[in-house]
Amino acid sequence: MRLPLQHVAHVRSGDKGNTSNITVIAYEPDLYPYLKEQLTAERFKAFYAGMVTGQVTRYAVDRLGVLNFVAEGALGGGVSRSLCLDNYGKALSAAILGFEMEVPESAANLLRNYHPEVA
Amino acid sequence: MAGLRIGSGSAWWGDRLEPARLNAERGDLDYLCFETMAEATISAAQVRKRRDPDFPGYDTYLDDRMQRVLPGCLRRGTRIISNQGWINPEGAAERIVHWLRECGAPKGTKVAAVSGSLITDRVLGLTDTLMEDGRPSASLAGSIVSAEAYMGAEPIVAALREGAQIVVTGRVADPSIFMAPMMHEFGWDPLDHDRLGPGNGIGHVLECGAQATGGYFCDPGFKDVPDPWDLAFPIAEVESDGSAVITKVAGTGGAVTLRTLKEQLFYEVHDPANYLTPDVVVDFTTTELEEVGHDRVRVSRISGKPRTPTLKVSIACQEGFVGEDMFFYAGPGALRRAELAKRILEERFRIVGLQAEEIRIDFVGLNAIHGGSAARTGPEPYEIAVRVAARTRTREEALKVGREVDGMAVSGVGMTGKRVPHQDRTREVIGVWSSLVPREALSPVITFYES
Repeated sequence: MRLPLQHVAHVRSGDKGNTSNITVIAYEPDLYPYLKEQLTAERFKAFYAGMVTGQVTRYAVDRLGVLNFVAEGALGGGVSRSLCLDNYGKALSAAILGFEMEVPESAANLLRNYHPEVA
Repeated sequence: MAGLRIGSGSAWWGDRLEPARLNAERGDLDYLCFETMAEATISAAQVRKRRDPDFPGYDTYLDDRMQRVLPGCLRRGTRIISNQGWINPEGAAERIVHWLRECGAPKGTKVAAVSGSLITDRVLGLTDTLMEDGRPSASLAGSIVSAEAYMGAEPIVAALREGAQIVVTGRVADPSIFMAPMMHEFGWDPLDHDRLGPGNGIGHVLECGAQATGGYFCDPGFKDVPDPWDLAFPIAEVESDGSAVITKVAGTGGAVTLRTLKEQLFYEVHDPANYLTPDVVVDFTTTELEEVGHDRVRVSRISGKPRTPTLKVSIACQEGFVGEDMFFYAGPGALRRAELAKRILEERFRIVGLQAEEIRIDFVGLNAIHGGSAARTGPEPYEIAVRVAARTRTREEALKVGREVDGMAVSGVGMTGKRVPHQDRTREVIGVWSSLVPREALSPVITFYES
């Protein structure tokens, strides 16, 4: 079934210069493989088209079920130069919650706050 | 027996004040540590000092923080480590001595000031290129406001060894502030990366305050946090091998869970196997997390690699100005009117010849945060704020933004909402660049004061 990443993982973003790192953390270890397979650096970058101007590097920390995306050129030149209303990019991570992914029906019980009737 | 108890007192300058007092009074702490500097804090302090020679140059909340925590810390014997010194650690130390006396501290209580991180005058002779774009550092000549290197934990440890009850510093890497007590109490060698790796990793968990205890975390329905209006700052019970249990004062809001800690572990980390700090290179990929009780998570097996021969330096430069303003539409057709207003402003900026390096006109409520990747589905928003911002070389150019928005009041689109009075519609841009300096180029200075 297709559903937004929000049910599979939680996220946080942090800033350093003009680079944002967006951490995507599987709610459950058994959901992590779907995340790792589907949320590639390329797809991540495409999802943030219009915001991230530079390279995206993905680091996988399998032991903790974590993908860390380092997006260069994501902060309009950096906190002090940025013309973005959210100049630290603190809210940047929220966008990826809408990433559509495929999870087998058999994993439905692991999903966070997932109600098929409203999804 | 519980290990060394280190608590957080702040994660940044503007942080809440009460959780520090809570930790001082009820945290049963050996050490209370404060982090009060963002990347641009020092340059902002330098700019303010230029404008106001009476500005003492240290944390403007120094008095508020010390008044709240000193009674509890003195009662328990809790030592304090803080980077509230900003551009004047010595001045901050003298002020702390004043508060120690006010609180009736024993005569002879030692305060140490650690300075030496400011290298504004000699940075160009010490650095070659900028990390961001590889340009020669010399290209910044003439525009530098301040330059400061990130010091490690060693000078703090030296001050503790000399008996300082409170250590106040200039720029020190955030995790190092929290690791210094571990090095001092456990006798870790500054080159023992097997200890310093985990130590700095635990420091990284503590350095952002409530971000490890449920702050900056809750997402209703997905990640709920109890009583988020009453968060405590984290406490680490550290063992001599660098493992720790992260917890908080019982009976407070927030949560310490695998989820809160995973988010904090990777916050502002790039390559998780190579997190560079002045003391050690931290490898988070080996980390193990285990819930060992209510609001108690054990963090172990963070590892370390030898430190690099260089230290990072932040170079702040004057880079022009930003002009910014906002006005509003509401009701049926709000978005159509906002779009026309945007078009009018774009034409006006052309007509008045605005010289800008970048211009943004956003519709707040639609695309101001996620720009081009914002989803535009569902019904039209009922309210739209039009936000205009331009980055320019001169203040005169930046002022044009506000002037043109003023014109929209009577010459613009129907039913435009405006707020008055306008203040501070321009601001100075202090750009921050990074470079590396040889470790040996820095000589920390420790000065002692007594109550």
